[in-house]
Amino acid sequence: MNPTPISLSLGPLYFNWPSAQLLDFYARIADECPVDRVYLGEIVCGKRGPLTQAAVASAAERLERAGKTVIWSTLISPVNRRERRLTEELVRDGEHVELNDFGGLASRGGAAFTAGPFLNVYNEDTALMLKAMGCTRWCPPVELSLDSIAKIAQLCPGLEIELFGFGRLPLAHSGRCYHARQHKLNRDSCRYVCEQDPDGCRVSTLDGTAFLAFNGVQTLSDGLQLCTETADSLRAAGISALRLSPHSVGMVEVANALRGYLDGASSAVELVETVRASTLPLPLVNGYLGGKAGREWTMA
Amino acid sequence: MSRGVLELVCPAGTPSALRAAVNAGADTVYCGLRDETNARNFPGLNFSDTELAEAVAYAHQRGAKVMVAINTFAQAGKTAIWARAVDAAAAAGADAIIAADMAVLGRAASQHPDVRLHLSVQAAAGTPEAIRFYAERFGVQRVVLPRILSIPEIKALIGEIDIEVEVFAFGGLCVMTEGRCDLSSYVTGRSPNLDGVCSPPEAVSYSRQDGSRSVALGGLTIDRKAEGQPLGYPTLCKGRFMAGGRTGHLFEDPVSLNTIDVLPQLRDAGVTALKIEGRQRGKAYVEAVTRQFRQAIDGLGQAARPEAPDGGAAGVSLLNTLAEGQRGTVGAYKKTWR
Repeated sequence: MNPTPISLSLGPLYFNWPSAQLLDFYARIADECPVDRVYLGEIVCGKRGPLTQAAVASAAERLERAGKTVIWSTLISPVNRRERRLTEELVRDGEHVELNDFGGLASRGGAAFTAGPFLNVYNEDTALMLKAMGCTRWCPPVELSLDSIAKIAQLCPGLEIELFGFGRLPLAHSGRCYHARQHKLNRDSCRYVCEQDPDGCRVSTLDGTAFLAFNGVQTLSDGLQLCTETADSLRAAGISALRLSPHSVGMVEVANALRGYLDGASSAVELVETVRASTLPLPLVNGYLGGKAGREWTMA
Repeated sequence: MSRGVLELVCPAGTPSALRAAVNAGADTVYCGLRDETNARNFPGLNFSDTELAEAVAYAHQRGAKVMVAINTFAQAGKTAIWARAVDAAAAAGADAIIAADMAVLGRAASQHPDVRLHLSVQAAAGTPEAIRFYAERFGVQRVVLPRILSIPEIKALIGEIDIEVEVFAFGGLCVMTEGRCDLSSYVTGRSPNLDGVCSPPEAVSYSRQDGSRSVALGGLTIDRKAEGQPLGYPTLCKGRFMAGGRTGHLFEDPVSLNTIDVLPQLRDAGVTALKIEGRQRGKAYVEAVTRQFRQAIDGLGQAARPEAPDGGAAGVSLLNTLAEGQRGTVGAYKKTWR
C-alpha cells in the first residue's frame, strides 16, 4: 500500500493587495494550483479587512467551486471592538477556521479548528490541551525544529500537522506599523501605504545585507523558507501537509514543483532550481527545520 | 498586595538585588529559577531553590511578596523541567507564579491551586476574550498586559475583565508584541520563546574600521557609530537598518520605557500593579528605580498631582540615566507611538 501523500495548503495572504489582484490570484489558484486547502481572511491588520471583504468572499466561492476547502483564518491581534466582534463571529459561525489568538477559543464552543502558527504551542502538553478543546490540525510556530515537531507528534498523536513549507517567514507582530513609520505617518492615519509593497518592504543592514522585511505591523524574513524534506522524512516527523504562503510571483509554479518533488517525480536539486527560477529573487532559507538560525540554508 | 494605590513590582536577578528592592520599598519582587524556565536565562543570574526559599523568607519578614517567573515555553519532550520549576516555586512559598505556556499554567492550576497565578506578558493576551480564556481555564488572577495598548484602551479593557491588570512602568521596551517575536532566533538560533533569551551575548561581536566602530549580531551589522560615540547593545529591533531608501531605526529608537509622568492616568485607568523591567540589571539599578517609583507612588496617594521624585528634574534625569537608551518614552501608552 502506498503511504498517504503529503498534501499542500495555501496559507493566508499576509500582504495588502488590491481587490483586482486578489481576485486574479485566487482564480488562478482555483484553476491551476495543486493545493487542497486555502486559508482566507485578513490576519495581519484589522484596518485592511474592509478594503477587500467583497473580493475575498468572491474568491472563497470560486475556490469552493473548484473543490478546494476554504478555511477562515483569524486576526493575529484584534484590537478594537469591531475587530473583536468580527473575529468572534468568524470563529463561532465559520465551517472551517484557523485560530491565531487564544481569544477565539471560547466562541468556538468545542467545534473543530486549526491552530495557526501564531499560537504559542511549543510542547506536547499544550498540544494535548488544544486537542481536547477541538483542535484537529496544527501549523507549528515557524521557529520550531522538525525534531521538536516530531516529538510533539509522537506524544500527542491524532493531530494533522501542517508545516510552514514555503514563503517569507512571519517572524514578529507589533502594535506599531512600520510601513506607516517609514512614511512618517502613524498607524491610525496610515493611508494604507503597505499596498506599495506586495511582498513586504525589504530591510538591509548598514552593509547592505538584506535579512528582514516589514509588512505593516508584521516583520517577515527576507529569505524564502523552502522545505526540501522528502515525503518520507515529513511523514516520519508526523507531518501530513505543507503550507505555502502566498507571494505575488510564481505561486502555481512553486506549488507544482513541490507536488512533483513530494511525489518523487523530481529531485531536491530540481525543486530548488524551479523555485529559484519561478518566484521572487530572494535567498532561500530552511535553518529552523534543522534547529538552527532560521536564515541558514542547507541542502541534505 | 500593595501598600499604596499601585502595587510596585520590582525585578531581581540575584538575591542581593532582591534584598535591595525590598529595602528600597518594593511591594513585590519577581525573580526566576536558574534554568531555561525563565525569560532572563543569562549566566550568573537567577536563583537556586534554596536561594529562592531564603528570598521569600526575607521578603515576607519585611512585608513584601515574591513572584516567580516561569515564563518561557516548555520544550517538547522536556516539560518535566518546567513542572519541576512550578513545584519548586510553590515549595519555596512564592506568592505567585508568572507563566505564559498553557503547559505551565495547567501544572500550576492543577497541582498548586493555592498559589496565585499571573499571566506573563509573553502570553500576548491583549483582548478581554484572550484574558478571559486564561482566567476561566486556569484561574489566572492577574494579567501582565502586552505593551501595545494605549492608556484609554487599557481602561476600556479593565472594564471588561474581572482580574487584576499589571503594566510595565519602566525599563527595556519590546517594540514587538512579547511572545510573538522570532527575530532573535532567525538571526542567532536562540529566542525568547525557545530559550528565554533575546539577541544573546554569545552572538555579539564588535569591530573597528576607518574611524568607526560596528556592533554585529550573528555577523549582521546592527549599528555603526563614529569612534567615541556610544554604541549600545545590539538588540535586534533597536538597530539601524536600511529600507526603501531610508536609513535609521526602522523598528524602534534606542529608547527605554518610563511612565513616571503618566502614573495618575494609569492609576485612574484601574491598573493594579506597575512592573519594573530589568532582572538582568545590577543591584544599583534595582535600588535606584525602586526608590524613585516608591516615592512617586506614595506621592500619588497624598496629592491630586504627584510630587516628581527627588523634587523634580533631578529624579527624572536619574531615571533617564538608568534607562538603557538614556532616553525615556511612554511607548504605546500614547497612541501616536503606533
